[in-house]
Amino acid sequence: MSDWERSSTARVTAPARPRKLAKVPFVELADGRLQGVVSSGSDIGRVYVSSVAAGSYTFACSTNNNRPCGGARGAFCNHIRALIGEAVLQYGAERVARCLKAETEAAAPDGEPTAQSITAVMSAARPPQGDTAAAAPVFSRFLRHLAYLELAPSTEPLPEMQWFPSAGAAA
Amino acid sequence: MVPLGGGGGLMRADSLTATIDGLDETLAAVDAFDLALEAGLLRPRPDRAEGLTGLAHAVAGTPLAARVAEAAGKAVAGAATEDHFLALAAARAALLGSAHDALTARVEEATGRPRGEESAPAHGERQAANLHTAARSWLCDLARRGWRGIDHDVVAGAARIVSAMLADPALRRPATLLDGFAAELAASCPGASLARVPARRWADLWTRAMLLTLPGASGTPTAETATGRLLPLGVDLQEHATAVQAQVHAVFEPADGSAPRLVRASVSAPKPDTVVGAGLWQLLRPHMSLLTALGEGRSMDLADMPLAGGDLIWSDEHARPGEPADPFATARVALATAADPATAPLDRHPARIAVPVFLEGYTVRKDDGALTFTVAGHPLAVDADRVPAAGPLTPQAIAGSAACIGLLRWDAGAYRVQPLAVETIVRKKAVAVHAGAWAGGTADKAGVRAEKAATDALAALRERAGRLLRK
Ligand SMILES: [Zn+2]
Repeated sequence: MSDWERSSTARVTAPARPRKLAKVPFVELADGRLQGVVSSGSDIGRVYVSSVAAGSYTFACSTNNNRPCGGARGAFCNHIRALIGEAVLQYGAERVARCLKAETEAAAPDGEPTAQSITAVMSAARPPQGDTAAAAPVFSRFLRHLAYLELAPSTEPLPEMQWFPSAGAAA
Repeated sequence: MVPLGGGGGLMRADSLTATIDGLDETLAAVDAFDLALEAGLLRPRPDRAEGLTGLAHAVAGTPLAARVAEAAGKAVAGAATEDHFLALAAARAALLGSAHDALTARVEEATGRPRGEESAPAHGERQAANLHTAARSWLCDLARRGWRGIDHDVVAGAARIVSAMLADPALRRPATLLDGFAAELAASCPGASLARVPARRWADLWTRAMLLTLPGASGTPTAETATGRLLPLGVDLQEHATAVQAQVHAVFEPADGSAPRLVRASVSAPKPDTVVGAGLWQLLRPHMSLLTALGEGRSMDLADMPLAGGDLIWSDEHARPGEPADPFATARVALATAADPATAPLDRHPARIAVPVFLEGYTVRKDDGALTFTVAGHPLAVDADRVPAAGPLTPQAIAGSAACIGLLRWDAGAYRVQPLAVETIVRKKAVAVHAGAWAGGTADKAGVRAEKAATDALAALRERAGRLLRK
């Protein structure tokens, strides 16, 4: 076994990188998709739930009340483009490209992937439009995520957090 | 042996490099079990029999022996039940507990400090039997599948349990552990395609979660109260995607003139994964005035603050800001005579070792970006990765340092030091840089920028929460 395998504090996931949250408050790489929530530019009470599937790039976009997004007809809407951009800020382009199985090398042989190249590669594949079945669970995950802010802090010690050192230098 | 440098809280490094009898054998038994857990215990595992029976052999002659031998036999046959998994977890915890004790004895030799008395065991914890049962059953599922067999469906089973536990403040410990563990597993699915598995780490988290679901496991020790002067040394920040904890390490000087002791004060909060960096300090700051005192370089005066073992259970009502107190003066003068708190029984694990030390007169080596202090001819690895991002302490400052306040830890086979603060010499004057300098806020240019970005991010989330959560 390597030192990493025999470390109690081996780093498994990189922490989210800081980014502005006003436009795209929630992004995740889960269930074989890039998915998240994009705030409407015009209606402050409305959000769009957007997703792109890994490999097939099947995309979907609808409001939290399950109305289809007018922009997502036949091609990525601006919400999906914003989602990809913010995911790249939060996780890094390399991880987003890997999770989506977006092969950007062909587009830019020696360059690192970027939000632009990832979006371009996926768009060029003429991805199909999927149904919005995943929108409700993604939106409820977003609400659960927001609900963490409502939980009270505590001054009782949590000894288990010794296994989760600050990710300092990596951030 | 004479303590190095002859003064203050300096450390004897030779104790940390000598071999410890039996440690390698103990850890080999742990490793073999961890590999069995990686493969999973659903089906008969003759190929992993050694790892399972080896664990039983390692605890032969202890009160656990018979139960663990039976559990290992059932696990080899692919027929282990929840009670058997619990027995295996208890055996693994006992082995690492003995490793902890041996490693801690060496740390005591190195620091030359007295050890404090053990506090009374925990009592009166409220039960949440249903959630504990659900958590245990999820953990048993994981053990059957092994880390190589996890997929999104099995990992997602934790979400409902964690949500229910988070709603109950008495269950914050298991909730926070399971939440961090499950997020890590989810990011690693499917297990079958992992290039490598963090076997020790996941077995640690699994074992700890199993034991935390037992009645009474997560109760805090009976509290006394603390009245006197608190001299901060530094702060250790811990975080996973949805939780953060800051622990201030400090010397407590009781007002009644009794012996000084080392204590910790903790503050933690659940958080959305997008709150990071300076945002972590912003979440915690309003709930512990000690973070501000630390940033300002002040002591605090405590009156009847609850103290459980080595942990102050902080409440701002019992504290007020005191005189300026330089942590380096505290480390040089007060640290050497302060007693280290005894470790609670369930916390006996090498990863839990975090002992304040003061180092001076070392040389710094840098290989491939990794820093090593050479203290009186003995190498000591520097864990610069643990230094929080939102603060002025950088690897460069550590590399150029002449004195260091740190936490002595042990992981992956070696002792290491996590810097909390360093002193560098600039134009013949000592300049201190603290990892927690921004904990209470900052006027530093880069710090102000980070604070502003974090304030905006938190405000955006709170606005969304206000609008969408209460519909
Ligand atoms: Zn859209």
